Amino acid sequence: MQKSSINARQDEIIEAFSLLDGDVEMASFYLMELGQKLTPLPESDKVEENLVKGCQSKVWLKTELDQDRIRFSADSNTAITKGLVSLLVNILSDQKVDDIIHADLYFIHRIGMDRFIGTQRSNGFVAMIKQMKMYAIAYKSKIESKAS
Amino acid sequence: MSSNYETLNKHGLDIRKIRAEFPILHQQVNGKPLVYFDNAATTQKPLRVIEALTDYYSGYNANIHRGIHTLAEKATSAFEESRRAVKEFMNAPEAEEIIFTYGTTDGINLIASTFGRANIGEGDEIIISSMEHHSNIVPWQMLCEETGAKLKIIPINDRGEIVFEAFEKMLSERTRLVSIVHISNSLGTINPVKEVIQKAHEYGAKVLIDGAQASAHIEIDMQDLDCDFYVFSMHKLFGPTGTGILYGKRPLLEAMPPFRGGGEMIKEVTFEKTTYNDIPYKFEAGTPNIGDVVAIRRALEFVEAYGKENISKYEDELLQYANERLQTIPSVKLIGTAQNKISVVSFIMEGIHHFDIGMMMDARGVALRTGHHCTQPLMDLFNIEGTVRASLSLYNTFEEIDIMVEGLKNIAERFK
Repeated sequence: MQKSSINARQDEIIEAFSLLDGDVEMASFYLMELGQKLTPLPESDKVEENLVKGCQSKVWLKTELDQDRIRFSADSNTAITKGLVSLLVNILSDQKVDDIIHADLYFIHRIGMDRFIGTQRSNGFVAMIKQMKMYAIAYKSKIESKAS
Repeated sequence: MSSNYETLNKHGLDIRKIRAEFPILHQQVNGKPLVYFDNAATTQKPLRVIEALTDYYSGYNANIHRGIHTLAEKATSAFEESRRAVKEFMNAPEAEEIIFTYGTTDGINLIASTFGRANIGEGDEIIISSMEHHSNIVPWQMLCEETGAKLKIIPINDRGEIVFEAFEKMLSERTRLVSIVHISNSLGTINPVKEVIQKAHEYGAKVLIDGAQASAHIEIDMQDLDCDFYVFSMHKLFGPTGTGILYGKRPLLEAMPPFRGGGEMIKEVTFEKTTYNDIPYKFEAGTPNIGDVVAIRRALEFVEAYGKENISKYEDELLQYANERLQTIPSVKLIGTAQNKISVVSFIMEGIHHFDIGMMMDARGVALRTGHHCTQPLMDLFNIEGTVRASLSLYNTFEEIDIMVEGLKNIAERFK
């Protein structure tokens, strides 16, 4: 199956958000809808070791390696953050380890996310991106050590 | 309630005129008119305060007390005029009993480091309440750790009021200090501090009152309260950030060791020995926050121009209206329903995280505060993670409460 690339997924998101015309309230409702569509993590996975540090609201992140691709699953205790999390999962899940490491997540600025997510909240968001990339780097070294 | 002239003229207050003094209120946030309901965090500043700052920096900025030139004289006299204005504002016996600090937290730390270290030792007891801000918990925990003193906590009831009988039982000859909040920042509860002070004095204990939330809303009268120390922040009282007030009774301040060492706080320095300056300067080491201190006089003038009594009456009506309107939303549960409280409304909404409510209300231009409000132990007692808090000030209106309630209703619908 042909997997759509990181940039193709970002472009789809940018297009969807452009329809909201910069309306902050509509954007938060849209984010909540997206969050509702995200498969929730079972309660047993909402544990300290899966918690992403730096988020104002709680975010849990889990990974699974499938050959050279990472499957991300995530959840949050707040609806809007869950929407934000779902965007990242949508873009980066099932992508190749290398592509995740080198991903340029330009969609954040293009959908005006930096405008309607305050600094402290986007810090949490940045923490989540960092965590996803860290997982990719860790898996890459695991894959390489197996190959050698 | 429709917007009409009547609702803007209450208890001799012309709310339209008051609002005109605050340039920041007249703006759009996220395309909607700003509704500023985060006054317990910090109040906005009237034009006269902003102008006082520009006047100072463009007219007579100079370092104070030591200079003999005209600008230094002018700055010194404006600085000391502010001290006298604070003395009047809180009806303190003497201007020398007013120490300028950086804020409430700074004031509490000053007392803990000086009075605390000098007077509290192993086995002694410090009493605080369950509704304290972290800044009236942590300095005492640090002191207890250092000295081996014990921290005792006054319990509260379901409405968010201290249990006075429990407090009475806690007092003993080992009680050195009672440090209690005048008005809770999370719940709005007005504590019976006068009774607390009387009771504590019967045991010879000193009393520190955290007046951060009280100073802008109710009369604070040092001679009537008879407290030993009283602290608050000017930025919650229409003044600039970075300025706070510590009142202390003269004999206590005189007996206390200094807090920070440096210029201004000394009488004479040799490499062998330093003698300290008199109060209040003993506690004001280094160049103080002159410009902001000069401007606080204008903030106090602003409050006095409208009158605390009128302000309290108007804010009580806002509180009552907000309570009534919020109770029309079935999923809203009010946290903190004390009989005696100020215009702070804390609430949760069933099934909706306070963070989401805050974000969505911000999208509607309504500035609320969400979270634990730096009172985590209090949130634990209510068995909640945090609340949504609307804290109202004299420039807020009934119409703004309507905007908030409509927004919350809309959110409740979305989450159904």
